Amino acid sequence: MNLTLQIWRQESAKVKGKIVEYPVQDISPDMSFLEMLDILNVRLITDGDTPVAFDHDCREGICGSCSLYINGEAHGPDRRVTTCQLHMRKFKDGDTIFIEPFRADAFPVIKDLIVDRSAFDRIQHAGGFISVNTSGNTQDGNSIPISKHDADQAMDAATCIGCGACVASCKNSSAMLFVGAKVSQYALLPQGQIEATDRVQNMVSQMDLEGFGNCTNTGACEVECPKGISLENIARMNRELIKASIKS
Amino acid sequence: MSDILKSSIGRKIAMAISAFFLMFFILQHFAINILSVLDPNLFNEVSHFMGTNPLVQFVLQPILIFGVIFHFAMGFILEFKNKSSRSVSYAKNNGNANSSWMSRNMIYSGGFILVFLVIHFIDFWIPELNIKYVVGDSSGLLEDGSGYRYFEELQHKFVPLWRVALYCIGFVFLSLHLLHGFNSAFQSIGANNKYTNSLKGFGKAYSILIPLGFIIIALFHHLNH
Repeated sequence: MNLTLQIWRQESAKVKGKIVEYPVQDISPDMSFLEMLDILNVRLITDGDTPVAFDHDCREGICGSCSLYINGEAHGPDRRVTTCQLHMRKFKDGDTIFIEPFRADAFPVIKDLIVDRSAFDRIQHAGGFISVNTSGNTQDGNSIPISKHDADQAMDAATCIGCGACVASCKNSSAMLFVGAKVSQYALLPQGQIEATDRVQNMVSQMDLEGFGNCTNTGACEVECPKGISLENIARMNRELIKASIKS
Repeated sequence: MSDILKSSIGRKIAMAISAFFLMFFILQHFAINILSVLDPNLFNEVSHFMGTNPLVQFVLQPILIFGVIFHFAMGFILEFKNKSSRSVSYAKNNGNANSSWMSRNMIYSGGFILVFLVIHFIDFWIPELNIKYVVGDSSGLLEDGSGYRYFEELQHKFVPLWRVALYCIGFVFLSLHLLHGFNSAFQSIGANNKYTNSLKGFGKAYSILIPLGFIIIALFHHLNH
């Protein structure tokens, strides 16, 4: 396959970026999208140019490192996959592919296609955890009865890898699917209910401080989420916040 | 409790509550207006009751005006805030791949509804206030005293084709706004459960049938004046 790549290049957060065109040849349809970018980078390095900077780590859809807004969609045109799981067979020979960073003011560009997603870490630090007694008298989690339905829903919410596709896809750069998933995974389990009031209030408060936009329920986040996190989690977070506000 | 009103989710819930109120108002407005097609005398009676009842005039009407202003003002404020959360736009964005046009353009459908409402108020509400509270005539009667004036005034308003066309376009935008807004309001208050799919069906029916009914009323009076 021969393709034309339109890639966002930006030296650093302090300088303005622009789209730069790169033709690539002899791309196998069986390559992953990141392997295609590796090939481009090898060529750029050989030619003495600066390679395109992009985030990646596990390359098997688990770590949430890879991002990329490909042809107008987070993680590209395929569903329920991260960019590292996207294959070139999803494109046609001769295609022009736009590759941009996840855009949100809360995710500032570090370089080229790499953005700073530490806002998610700060939201997690604000309440995305349970406090466990580690004195040696900790109750075995397996001894606490949990209904299968709740356990399944908590596990579904916990599959969020925090990649930020929800923010990138949302026209408002809202992080509510991410925060909703993190609030839900604990709210659904007995262990998480003790700190539920503080958790939802602190996480929502931190989310607002980070400058993410407001959710208008377009549902784009749910469609583009590589893990299929459902909008039910945002509804649950809203309920949790109403409950917490009444309690406190 | 006051903290929730300062949060992004609190504002979203406030938008949803004002939306519920407005959707209920639209339904009762339609229920009264359809009487003008089915039974003009009953329409006159109900209009006179609504126009002269102190509870409706001095309690419900101010609440309605507050609800309308709040919904529009909060909508514009949130849109401005949301737009400012992404200062660099995408060179290529495929919104149709993951969301409906209606959901992405609530500000435009809402903006047109606002324009329509201003015209609607100038057409009906301000003259009504003028007759009742400036001229001081709360009788609701025609000048010759032969009966109530409401049905006749309504028919007279829908004589010009341009006004009928404008109202029809306004109702189309209302439908587009409701097609996303109806279910979005339920999601905002946290109602996403086993009844959601059925509610989506009901929401679609409400969003299409009520504005369509208003269009039929406008056309009916234009063609039967």
